[in-house]
Amino acid sequence: MRWIEKQRNILDFTLGSLLRRRGKSLALLIVYSLVIFMLASVIFFTHAIKKEAAVVLEGAPEMIVQRLIAGRHDLIPKSYADTIREIKGVYAVNGRLWGYYYDPTNGANYTLMVDSDLNDTAGSIVIGKGVARNLPGDNYGAIPLKASDGSYLFLKVGGILPAESELVSADLILMSEKDFRRMFGIPDEYVTDITLQVRNPKEYTTVATKISQLLPDSRPILKEEILRTYDAVFDWRAGILIVILLGSILAFLILAWDRSAGLSVEEKHETGILKALGWETSDILLMKFWEGVAISLTSFLVGILAAYVHVFFFASGLFEPVLKGWSVLYPEFRLTPFIDGYQVATLFLLTVVPFTIATIIPAWRTATIDPDTMMRT
Amino acid sequence: MLVNPPILALLIFSALASAMLLYSCVYGIRIIKGWNIKSGSEYQLSLERRTYLISTIINYVFVFQLLSFFVFIYTADQLHTVFAGAMCAAGTLNLNEWGYRTVLLKFLTCVFSGVWLLINYVDNRGYDYPLIKKKYGLLLLIAPFALIEGVVQGLYFFGLEPDVITSCCGTLFTSENEGITAGIVSLPRLLVQGAFFGTLALTVLLGIAHLRRRILRGYPFALSSIAASAASAVAFMSVICLFFYESPLHHCPFCVLQKGYGYIGYPIYFSFLAAAVSGPAIAVLDPLNRIESLKTVVPSVRKRLIWLTLGAHSLFAGITIYEMIFSKFQLQ
Amino acid sequence: MIELKDVRKVYNAGKPSEFVALDGIDLSLEAGRVTVLKGPSGSGKTTLLSLLGCMARPTAGRIHVFGREITSLPERFLTEVRRKTFGFIFQQFQLIKGMTAIENVMIPAYPSGERRAELKARAEKLLEMLNLSHRAEANAEWLSGGEAQRVAIARALINNPAVIIADEPTAHLDTKLAREFMEIIENLNGGGMTVLIASHDPLIHESPGVDHVVTLKDGRIVSQGAFQCS
Ligand SMILES: Nc1ncnc2c1ncn2[C@@H]1O[C@H](COP(=O)(O)OP(=O)(O)O)[C@@H](O)[C@H]1O
Ligand SMILES: [Mg+2]
Repeated sequence: MRWIEKQRNILDFTLGSLLRRRGKSLALLIVYSLVIFMLASVIFFTHAIKKEAAVVLEGAPEMIVQRLIAGRHDLIPKSYADTIREIKGVYAVNGRLWGYYYDPTNGANYTLMVDSDLNDTAGSIVIGKGVARNLPGDNYGAIPLKASDGSYLFLKVGGILPAESELVSADLILMSEKDFRRMFGIPDEYVTDITLQVRNPKEYTTVATKISQLLPDSRPILKEEILRTYDAVFDWRAGILIVILLGSILAFLILAWDRSAGLSVEEKHETGILKALGWETSDILLMKFWEGVAISLTSFLVGILAAYVHVFFFASGLFEPVLKGWSVLYPEFRLTPFIDGYQVATLFLLTVVPFTIATIIPAWRTATIDPDTMMRT
Repeated sequence: MLVNPPILALLIFSALASAMLLYSCVYGIRIIKGWNIKSGSEYQLSLERRTYLISTIINYVFVFQLLSFFVFIYTADQLHTVFAGAMCAAGTLNLNEWGYRTVLLKFLTCVFSGVWLLINYVDNRGYDYPLIKKKYGLLLLIAPFALIEGVVQGLYFFGLEPDVITSCCGTLFTSENEGITAGIVSLPRLLVQGAFFGTLALTVLLGIAHLRRRILRGYPFALSSIAASAASAVAFMSVICLFFYESPLHHCPFCVLQKGYGYIGYPIYFSFLAAAVSGPAIAVLDPLNRIESLKTVVPSVRKRLIWLTLGAHSLFAGITIYEMIFSKFQLQ
Repeated sequence: MIELKDVRKVYNAGKPSEFVALDGIDLSLEAGRVTVLKGPSGSGKTTLLSLLGCMARPTAGRIHVFGREITSLPERFLTEVRRKTFGFIFQQFQLIKGMTAIENVMIPAYPSGERRAELKARAEKLLEMLNLSHRAEANAEWLSGGEAQRVAIARALINNPAVIIADEPTAHLDTKLAREFMEIIENLNGGGMTVLIASHDPLIHESPGVDHVVTLKDGRIVSQGAFQCS
């Protein structure tokens, strides 16, 4: 009980003295929050976009087979699908048709994809939210798309995709097979790539090897591999950004050190009074501890909150170009908000821990002022 | 080398902690050499002031080290998405020879610095600093652990090659392999369960006896607590985890840390760690009690420590026994 | 109750600026008396007070407070002894600016972990005793010299000390306030308080309440006794 009362009393005193020196504490608080804000933005963003990528790929097939000609991805004959279907343990083998379309009026790239549900209603399409934003007005009517022979196809907008993850569907245009083949002039016996599922996850590699043997000009791609690459790429980017930000952390630490080492005459005087009045070195250290807690906690909350708003409501405007590295397709897509204890712990290790360590020695210096100095001033 | 924010955070923390510990050691040596409580010289006064600094440093380092222990394991766990073959921390730690060593060293650093802080706490309550030289001698022994831990962790992260294919819990923790883990996993279940419940019951009994001063010495309780910790670890790997995974073959100690199991692994690890620190600390108190200036200090510390140890063991047992009873999976 | 045996205090020992501030001090203070230390500036009065009051440690010699040897006590115990035994009044009051009078009075008791409400009640009582209740919530900066002095006295009393130590308490007060101060001190002494004052203010030396006068010169005691020698 006494212990708790003591903490309360000293905490009370500490908060009072911090408030009395509002101006000085404020400068540190702002810089501290700013550092946390930057780091938190990077961490939240990477985490969210990794999650997003996982969502994107969740519905994707376990394996995709592409055909390579002269080292480049090319159209694949439908007959390949039959060969693959023969392999044991393989099911749901399907040909896919998809491609990109550059819209000169908006300067945007769209992803065009065939949806078998639309095959009966040729001439109508379903578009993503990003595409919809690029169209004038609310009533979309029909969109003109330029075909490969120079003619225009006018396709009616039949619906807008629900945005579970904007990243997945923002730039998407779904159409019927007939319209797609007409647009790009792709012969009936070809598709863009082939997707398949494998019954036993342990056999992915075996099946992939088999396909490469049976169809030497094909390239099987595992979903797992794509995910792994995404993760590695985004982690790496965030890592590099943080290495760059390390400079600012260091500058901040020097500031923190300086602030707590270069106490004003008034603060030194105050500590001297406390010691003369019967506060012990460890009481002053306790006071410094609470001071650190108050400052760190405030900055941490402010920084994290600001980063949250920045990343999830303002689409991380500050870091977007570096981190996203996607095409310019997604002018304002929003990430799904997501924070967990791990990200917070990482942030804590990156900011609060170095701050605390940097202030131990200066705090101790202050705390060990001789009490009798007070009798001579 | 893999760079991501948590890895950087861990590396930076280790560097900072190592620097602070080295700094403490320098003054530790001076204290061992020059301490003379009878003297009123300025040098002695400055040494006395330093003890405050060193206590503060170790206090913070200990708390942050605990945090870094969990962040490290979580990071290893998260990395499984980047490496082929890894499904949890078991696989990523196995990517090179430094992974498991880091975990072990982090664990030992936590235990040692916890014990050191206890000795420090007791010593500070004696009016003549009875343990000062021993305490700083011990610090000189402990600091290298933390330094080596930092280096080994660095080697682990720098040695991560994303194209390495690793083996994970499925193959690491089976009885078909050789080595310690295989040995643990293939132990007879009844024996393991018997040892787990037996040491726990013994620890509780000895703890209560020690509390009531029926047994004056602390060693029996400390030893049985250490035995209970060891039995808990073994039982967890060989039997208990099966109930969490609801599978008769999955023996991984790390998968429980994942979201799929409601992060239940963290309280389990935490209680395990708390018991592992506080149990051995009881044994340290015995010789201290013979020191004149600590006679009034030790009993109250001992009491609290016994409760802490018992509480930690009970939390561990509580969670695991609950799972063993209510799990859908049951042993035949 | 407080005994010094062959106490010596050297500043900057071993350096060229080495200075022996006190040497060969043998002194015994008895409970319930008002003792005054006098002597010219630089004679070591403040140094002696800080040693007596457990604020600093002697370079050599022994100090006993209530029979307890304090010279080789670790800082945390020394501070505890100091907090429980002594109340200090400094030359320049040394109130913390920006805090109210009553908060200033409470500060010395914070580390002992007392309930805040009880502590506050005690502080209010002390202020009332010193006729300062109306200024309790006033900022320390805006107190007059006399008020500040009385707040400093209240603060010295908050931990119920056995001994009040005051260093040049009247240096910043006019004659009227200095008399008032001595009256308060005499009242406290009447209640059984031991008082120790260092001062070269004749007003204090001549004050009727003083029981014992110790004269210092160049760090040594040149005379002591119940008589005032001016
Ligand atoms: N920290 C210190 N370092 C060096 N000399 C000091 C220190 N404190 C006091 N002194 C010296 O000790 C002598 C006695 O000082 P003090 O006790 O303040 O005398 P008084 O209070 O009688 O004026 C003075 O000459 C002063 O310069
Ligand atoms: Mg003086």
